[in-house]
Amino acid sequence: MATRGFVGRRGGPEGTTERLPPGQFLESGFPVLSAGPTPRIKTEEWSFTLKNGVRPVKRWNWAEFNALPQTKMTRDIHCVTTWSKFDTAWEGVMVDDILADAYIEPPADFTLAHSYDGYTTNVPTADLVGGRAMVALRYEGKPITPDHGGPARLLVPHLYFWKSAKWINGLQFTERDELGFWELRGYHRYGDPWREQRYTND
Amino acid sequence: MRWQRGVVTEIVRRSPTVSSFFFKLPEFIPFTAGQHVSVRLTAPDGYRAQRSYSIASAPDTTGHIELAIERLEDGEVSPFFHEVVEVGDEIELSEPIGGHFIWRVEDAGPMLMIGGGSGVVPFVSMARQKALAGSSAPMLLLFSARTRRDLLYIEELEQLRARGDGFDMVATLTREEMPPAGISKGRLDAGMIAGSLARLPGKPKRIYICGSNPFVENAAQHAINAGVEPALIATERYGV
Repeated sequence: MATRGFVGRRGGPEGTTERLPPGQFLESGFPVLSAGPTPRIKTEEWSFTLKNGVRPVKRWNWAEFNALPQTKMTRDIHCVTTWSKFDTAWEGVMVDDILADAYIEPPADFTLAHSYDGYTTNVPTADLVGGRAMVALRYEGKPITPDHGGPARLLVPHLYFWKSAKWINGLQFTERDELGFWELRGYHRYGDPWREQRYTND
Repeated sequence: MRWQRGVVTEIVRRSPTVSSFFFKLPEFIPFTAGQHVSVRLTAPDGYRAQRSYSIASAPDTTGHIELAIERLEDGEVSPFFHEVVEVGDEIELSEPIGGHFIWRVEDAGPMLMIGGGSGVVPFVSMARQKALAGSSAPMLLLFSARTRRDLLYIEELEQLRARGDGFDMVATLTREEMPPAGISKGRLDAGMIAGSLARLPGKPKRIYICGSNPFVENAAQHAINAGVEPALIATERYGV
């Protein structure tokens, strides 16, 4: 049923409607949303650890991680708070290339991303491999600013953007789908914007 | 997500840019102070717009909920509320959301709450709940607004402070040449954060910061510089 008197804002560039998932609107800025203060992480102190369960598989420092193959990815991103931003340009290390450097095949169906501030988010492993996700180090040609997740953030652009964990410092394979920070606080375990999976039971 | 159609029962202007919308809900769903709800507007052709707003009312069982909505000039949903919505209208509301930026009576205190502009709204819910529950938990609100007219809920907050049961408030105005007595002038700075921390009867269990992203970043940085453990700081930033 329609809301009395509501028409909504229309228009926008050609093709906007097809690229916007249901309930989203196009935002030109880049809003910042995070659950706590912005951690300031020095690259000389930064490291990234790949774990299988509790067992560390490999650890990279900033220089080692930057020496991995760098890939560019330009994608539309969709925040659960209903803004979307088109054509965001990222550069970083594909999760495929991280696994290749560690000489492993994905050992479990689920993955938990970990961040410096204690944040976690769960993503099925299949959504991280096959060219679908990266650990981004640069945004629009420059280092990612701290408020947007720098030095490094996960980028899983086909899921709501809370899955693209800021200040990432590791990926952990898990046997079960273990819920992350927002997933434990009412948000959907998978978060597909095209199926509008915002909240737990959507 | 459960959605229901709330009926607007009252609209109260709180400042030149903020109004409170009171809704009667068919099914009252209990919530926690600090939570928000989504409102969903639907056009005749099915086009939808959805935004989240903090709940200003205290968790209670009267079946009403109060949302304080700030009018954003280039917004799509907030101008609709300010220009079109009338008492009697039905608006689709989600169940309460958010398990992070919340205060429960059993959380007690001391708590420091830092609000910028309409970022004070979740703290109004917390302060109201504390009073309703008869909790004497120490709670200090550091409230920054532009002018005296932007000090939302100031009279009610003053009354809550006057109860003398743990709620305290410090306010500052950033665009007021001559602030009223007892209210500071200028942007929130290191001194104000240090002063607020010193005014609490003990180390805060938690610091809540709500407002625009630059406001939150600034306040959080000052708190960290003052020695607050970052893990104790919870933030809520306006998305757009």
